[in-house]
Amino acid sequence: MLENVKRVILILSGKGGVGKSTVSTQLALTLKERGYKVGLLDIDLCGPSVPYILNLEDQNIHQGSEGWIPVYLDKEQKLGVMSIGFLLKSRNDAVVWRGPKKTSMIKQFLEDVYWQDLDFLVIDTPPGTSDEHITVMENLRSVPQCSAILVTTPQEVSIEDVRKEITFCNKTGIKIMGIIENMSGYECPTCSECTNIFSSGGGKSLAEISKLPFLGSIPIDPRVGALAGKGVAAVKELPESSTSRVFNDLVIRINETNSNGS
Amino acid sequence: MTSIPDNAPHQCPGTQSEDAGKASACAGCPNQNICASGVPAGPDPAVELIKNRLANVKHKILVLSGKGGVGKSTVTSLLGHGLAKLNPDLNIGILDADICGPSQPRVLGVRGEQVHNSGSGWSPVYVTDNLSLMSIGFLLGSPDDAVIWRGPKKNGMIKQFLSEVDWGDLDYLLIDTPPGTSDEHLSLVQYLAGAGATGAVLVTTPQEVALLDVRKEIQFCRKVGLPVLGVVENMALFVCPNCKVGIYCTGRKRR
Repeated sequence: MLENVKRVILILSGKGGVGKSTVSTQLALTLKERGYKVGLLDIDLCGPSVPYILNLEDQNIHQGSEGWIPVYLDKEQKLGVMSIGFLLKSRNDAVVWRGPKKTSMIKQFLEDVYWQDLDFLVIDTPPGTSDEHITVMENLRSVPQCSAILVTTPQEVSIEDVRKEITFCNKTGIKIMGIIENMSGYECPTCSECTNIFSSGGGKSLAEISKLPFLGSIPIDPRVGALAGKGVAAVKELPESSTSRVFNDLVIRINETNSNGS
Repeated sequence: MTSIPDNAPHQCPGTQSEDAGKASACAGCPNQNICASGVPAGPDPAVELIKNRLANVKHKILVLSGKGGVGKSTVTSLLGHGLAKLNPDLNIGILDADICGPSQPRVLGVRGEQVHNSGSGWSPVYVTDNLSLMSIGFLLGSPDDAVIWRGPKKNGMIKQFLSEVDWGDLDYLLIDTPPGTSDEHLSLVQYLAGAGATGAVLVTTPQEVALLDVRKEIQFCRKVGLPVLGVVENMALFVCPNCKVGIYCTGRKRR
């Protein structure tokens, strides 16, 4: 499974709404900007956000002789995307499924999509430690080039759920690349005063306590928020923003671990 | 729909078929006797059990959202506190049905409390005199403990929460849920079929990416016949504590 994929990066968080999909899409877009061939798999079946964020909502999946052909963002086919959103007739359609059905859908996503040769496969997940996560872990156990990035916001209530996700990774034996803190501080556009709406420093102290690398903090930036629905990379559109800095550093770090062979 | 279960042996004739339990493929199937007896499986006995248990609960309200992190737990807890303050004679219970990410113990400030089991069932934790809480958070040994469960186990836990917690007489039972339209949500609706759920409060934030998921939740409510009591919009406006200017989450200033 996924033999033609050099690296698999899982984006996880115990908590919902912390920015997993934003991190997944921006990471995929940044890697694409750097010239890599990237796949982005959205396994949030009940709330797929990736098609909207990348402005691919009206696209369809086609069946080829080798399997499902993902939707490509660009003509050069540098970034392929797979999401259940492409399989729904209307954007209002709900996927009211219990675990076993979700499990078999994810298995199909992992086995039957024809990604071609990929440098990176980024997997966006729903919050929690349940069916979707267990299924992905069970199937990726045989894929050694797999690691996870955890996303959190600075508040205690989010940190608490992410601690559970760390336990989950440790139990299932998945390597954790590090922790990203999102929504850390909001700079008032009127007076430039920075307010820590969701407290501050939580991600960093979690990384210290659990002895994991801290991959940076992304502030609340309405300009980055406005990129959702457009499908453009922050590193291209807003090269000076703190968000771009975090993703540039992240890609450098990913490449370092790549060349170390670990 | 066929009556063949997902995990049935190859060539299962289907549980509703005339050959159920009698076909050659049925040999060795653990359910052969049940199928062959011809007695159709009745409704889940838990539904009746929960109906009796919640007979003294007047309103059962689910707090739902397709999207995570929009403030379901905050809305639930504030609604609980609000109702409890409104009238000291009202009794409010909160059930945290988010099994993998229980936030209520922290939000309500009762972390580290214990639930006790007695002859009449589990006693919930009392936040104030008339506000009680039940959450899986109380059953975990450490905050690091992860609940790595697939659907059926989560459903079993929810069944237990609904059928075995000794709430006493309640005016409102508020049920906080995880995001999505899956096991927890289906189970809650199905288990409450006998007791009767009053309806659902949906929580969203103003962004399109949240609305997208909340629309799915509305569809879910329609599909399962759960009345939507209304929608709460959270995180709509940020007022800068320094310059007091209000900013909408779109970046627009308040006039």
